[in-house]
Amino acid sequence: MAKVLVVTSGKGGVGKTTTTAALGAALAQSGQSVVVVDFDVGLRNLDLVMGAERRVVFDLINVVQGVAKLPQALIRDKRLENLWLLPASQTRDKDALTDDGVGRVIAELSARFDWILCDSPAGIERGATLAMRYADEAVIVTNPEVSSVRDSDRIIGMLDSKTVRAEKGERVKKHILITRYDPARAARGEMLTIDDILEILATPLLGIIPESQDVLKASNVGSPVTLNNADSAPARAYVDAARRLMGEELAMVVPVERKGFMNRLLGRRAA
Amino acid sequence: MNLKLLRLFGGRDTSAPVARERLQILLAHERGLLGQPDLLATLREEILAVVSRHVTLDPEKVIVRLERGKTVSTLEVDIEVPNDFEKSKAASQRRMAG
Repeated sequence: MAKVLVVTSGKGGVGKTTTTAALGAALAQSGQSVVVVDFDVGLRNLDLVMGAERRVVFDLINVVQGVAKLPQALIRDKRLENLWLLPASQTRDKDALTDDGVGRVIAELSARFDWILCDSPAGIERGATLAMRYADEAVIVTNPEVSSVRDSDRIIGMLDSKTVRAEKGERVKKHILITRYDPARAARGEMLTIDDILEILATPLLGIIPESQDVLKASNVGSPVTLNNADSAPARAYVDAARRLMGEELAMVVPVERKGFMNRLLGRRAA
Repeated sequence: MNLKLLRLFGGRDTSAPVARERLQILLAHERGLLGQPDLLATLREEILAVVSRHVTLDPEKVIVRLERGKTVSTLEVDIEVPNDFEKSKAASQRRMAG
């Protein structure tokens, strides 16, 4: 049985798709079989960030509606053989997704993979609620900025009430992933600190992804940042986050760009 | 921890504490609208007000609890009425008559 993990946020532009691609690749690199599913029907982008945009033939809606079989719609990553993509439809709208249909697709994927990563659209409408509907775990992507934190709080409320697990009286395991973090600005009091965000949201931290040009560089060339430049600060932060998802306990550090410092960080983490 | 230290030495123009405070106030309000804590406090106050129109109550002895179940939730209201209930009832009736 797969673990179903939704990558969500409420607010747009905080890094859900980047995170889905990076965590998916990091999990796959450590030997897990992973499928990343794009729920952003009508505004799909996970295919582009994964560099598979020219290989999309069938999509999630086709599978939900029975037009295509699941194996026809799944796209295998060119770099990692145990990483797969189920793209969203670009031409339909989110009403084409049904609760039952999504449930059937998740159940079918669950038999084939270790991890199902659902890339949620922004907002709190149908696409977002269906992306989280069958989740066992949730990564709530949050920027250190007031509107993002507010929206994350709203999404946490929905994860606790509108998911299948919540309705059964169980809980979705929630993690905060802070992205676009700038330690220097936080230290100067210009940006909410990690402690501020965690205290307000009262949810455990999965990782801290520093603000970095490597994220844009990776999406430019259609490669998850963990594959495009594995030594970069965001890549190392995402790899750590993926290891925590697999149950490892690692010291929480904000990776920085400088190389010499990196070795020190690695040394400290190994201890 | 060291970030907090740095912030102490950092100087004046810090907007992050403002952001933090605004968020805390806003979210306390929004969670109340959508969720539980404020709802219970309101219920407790109003129940207390209605019942104590007729009976003298110790406000500390009014307990309102909400239990979330799978399909239904139960609202449990536990009010301890003191033994001099009859006396206080009579007193309040006299007050109303007068």
